[in-house]
Amino acid sequence: MSAEMSTPSARRPRSAGREAWRRGLYRFAQSRLSVLGLAIVSLLMLMALVGPWLAPYPEHLEGAVSTAARFQPPSAQHWFGTNEMGQDVFSLVMGGARVSVLAGLAVVLLGALAGTLVGGIAGFAGGWTDDLLMRLSDLKLTIPGLVLAMAVAAALGPGIFNMVVAISLSWWPGYARLVRGEVLARKEDLYVTAARAIGARPARLLLVHILPNVMTPVIVKMSLDMGFAILTVASLGFIGIGVKPPTPEWGSLLSVARSYMPDFWWTAIFPGLAIFLAVFGFNLLGDGLRDVFDPRSRR
Amino acid sequence: MWSYLVRRLLLLVPVLLGLTVLVFAIARLLPGDPVALAAGPNASPAEIAAYGREFGLDRPLWEQYGRYLWGLLQGDLGVSIYTRRPVIEDLRAYLPATLELVLAAMTLAVLVGVPMGLWAAVQRDRWPDYLSRVLALGAISMPRFFLGLLLQLGLAMALGWLPLGGRFPITEELPLRITGLLTVDALLAGNLNAFWVACQHLLMPALAMSLSPLATIMRMMRGSTLEVLQQDYVLTERALGLPQRLIITKYVARNAFSATLTVIGLYFGWLLGGTVLVETVFDWPGLGLYATKAVVTQDFMPIIGVTLVIGTLFVLVNLLVDLLYGLLNPKVRPA
Repeated sequence: MSAEMSTPSARRPRSAGREAWRRGLYRFAQSRLSVLGLAIVSLLMLMALVGPWLAPYPEHLEGAVSTAARFQPPSAQHWFGTNEMGQDVFSLVMGGARVSVLAGLAVVLLGALAGTLVGGIAGFAGGWTDDLLMRLSDLKLTIPGLVLAMAVAAALGPGIFNMVVAISLSWWPGYARLVRGEVLARKEDLYVTAARAIGARPARLLLVHILPNVMTPVIVKMSLDMGFAILTVASLGFIGIGVKPPTPEWGSLLSVARSYMPDFWWTAIFPGLAIFLAVFGFNLLGDGLRDVFDPRSRR
Repeated sequence: MWSYLVRRLLLLVPVLLGLTVLVFAIARLLPGDPVALAAGPNASPAEIAAYGREFGLDRPLWEQYGRYLWGLLQGDLGVSIYTRRPVIEDLRAYLPATLELVLAAMTLAVLVGVPMGLWAAVQRDRWPDYLSRVLALGAISMPRFFLGLLLQLGLAMALGWLPLGGRFPITEELPLRITGLLTVDALLAGNLNAFWVACQHLLMPALAMSLSPLATIMRMMRGSTLEVLQQDYVLTERALGLPQRLIITKYVARNAFSATLTVIGLYFGWLLGGTVLVETVFDWPGLGLYATKAVVTQDFMPIIGVTLVIGTLFVLVNLLVDLLYGLLNPKVRPA
């Protein structure tokens, strides 16, 4: 439990909202692991944004090869060594951050959007609409997500967009269940009744009054899901269904490197570590955020 | 009790029916021409059309679906348009390998995860608890395929203790197939050597699979143990002077475990669908490798078959969990 930390302000009383934020921030900063997660995620975001410009050998990201420098072990020149085409593994790993972060974000956003709509409508409408939508999402939960994503991605062909669509298809049921529960709890609240009394239409009630009030758990779930989304993207890349070469992607880098083990271990270890660190960072951050926003789950 | 069981099993019918509709729709609405793919690159349009006719793919979708359902009732899951083998035979060959892998991984996860979770809860806010949290987050962040590669690199390539992959060497004599689970069959045949060889092959893939369920089970167990520890009856037991060890093992663990059981059931289904990666790394001849092959060739009968089998197992395992739940806690026993 965090100690009471509000210092009485002489000039101007702070609003309750800002006070809550300050406390949340304090609680977040209390946990060293959460701060570590935030640091890793920030670094990752930075790499996704400017990685291709910071990479020491940017031409390798475009598919350039230098066969004279094949399979060089890690050195001052090539921090993570070079791969079977003489490309700098460090540059490839930096460039790969972009695909992973972008695709992960897109999957989580799409999944959350679709799930929120489905869950919101199910919870708000009730009756057979609710039954139908929830049975559908139950069914989706029994279908193995990875197999479904593989099937869809293989049929749509390679490319980031297709991959994102394929993964999102199996991503929304979790959000739908979460939002439905929250909407059920909210829809009898006084402010909803009040809005209804002054003649708000159902769509307005749901979109303007109810959904904004159930977003906190959705955002927390999104942050917890980011790591898993990145993991799924890398998994598809590893199986060989993902982005088109030469775009560097961690999973496919790892899958190619498999055949060069154990002699050229660095081509496999560093992309693998990058996946692990990215997922770990998001998991730490998500765990910290959940502790702040959802006090029930706190230790 | 029996009527409950029958009711739950009857519920399986609409679920499976829904699954077939959904997967059938997804498989057939996707772009791509699997027939052309299967007929080969040199096939003329007429040959492709003839090939499609052979499998009834020129019929309207609803008729194809009807035929599929009719076949399903007779235990026929269709034929692969690629290998022309009946899907049911392929499933019979590959499912046991995947089941064995998932069962082994789950056993490892429960045997290690449950005691560790208990321990973390008892040692709450001390270093074991802190360590378990970091380890758990690390474990669920670890890609299974990367862990598999690391294990191969260390245990197989560098140390040479374990075989690199595969399920059973062709040089050894296979035990007679009874259950299809090699370790069990070897034991049943009393063939200790085969058992040992099968275990050696099973260990690394099972380890790679077990890490993330282990972490989740550990965290769940910790959470539910903390809840149980706050119950009045625990206080009473303490007041009566029962030793801590007895309180934890006899009263707390049992009650905390029932919440964890639900997670185990959910994870089981998730693992069944998630063996793809580990099977790829270790060349494990299971459903995952089979599904991957089918997916790449867009061979939809096997895809539907795999999905149905995994869906059925998922529902059955969760039914089993609900029954076990009642066994552990008489309060939730179905009337």
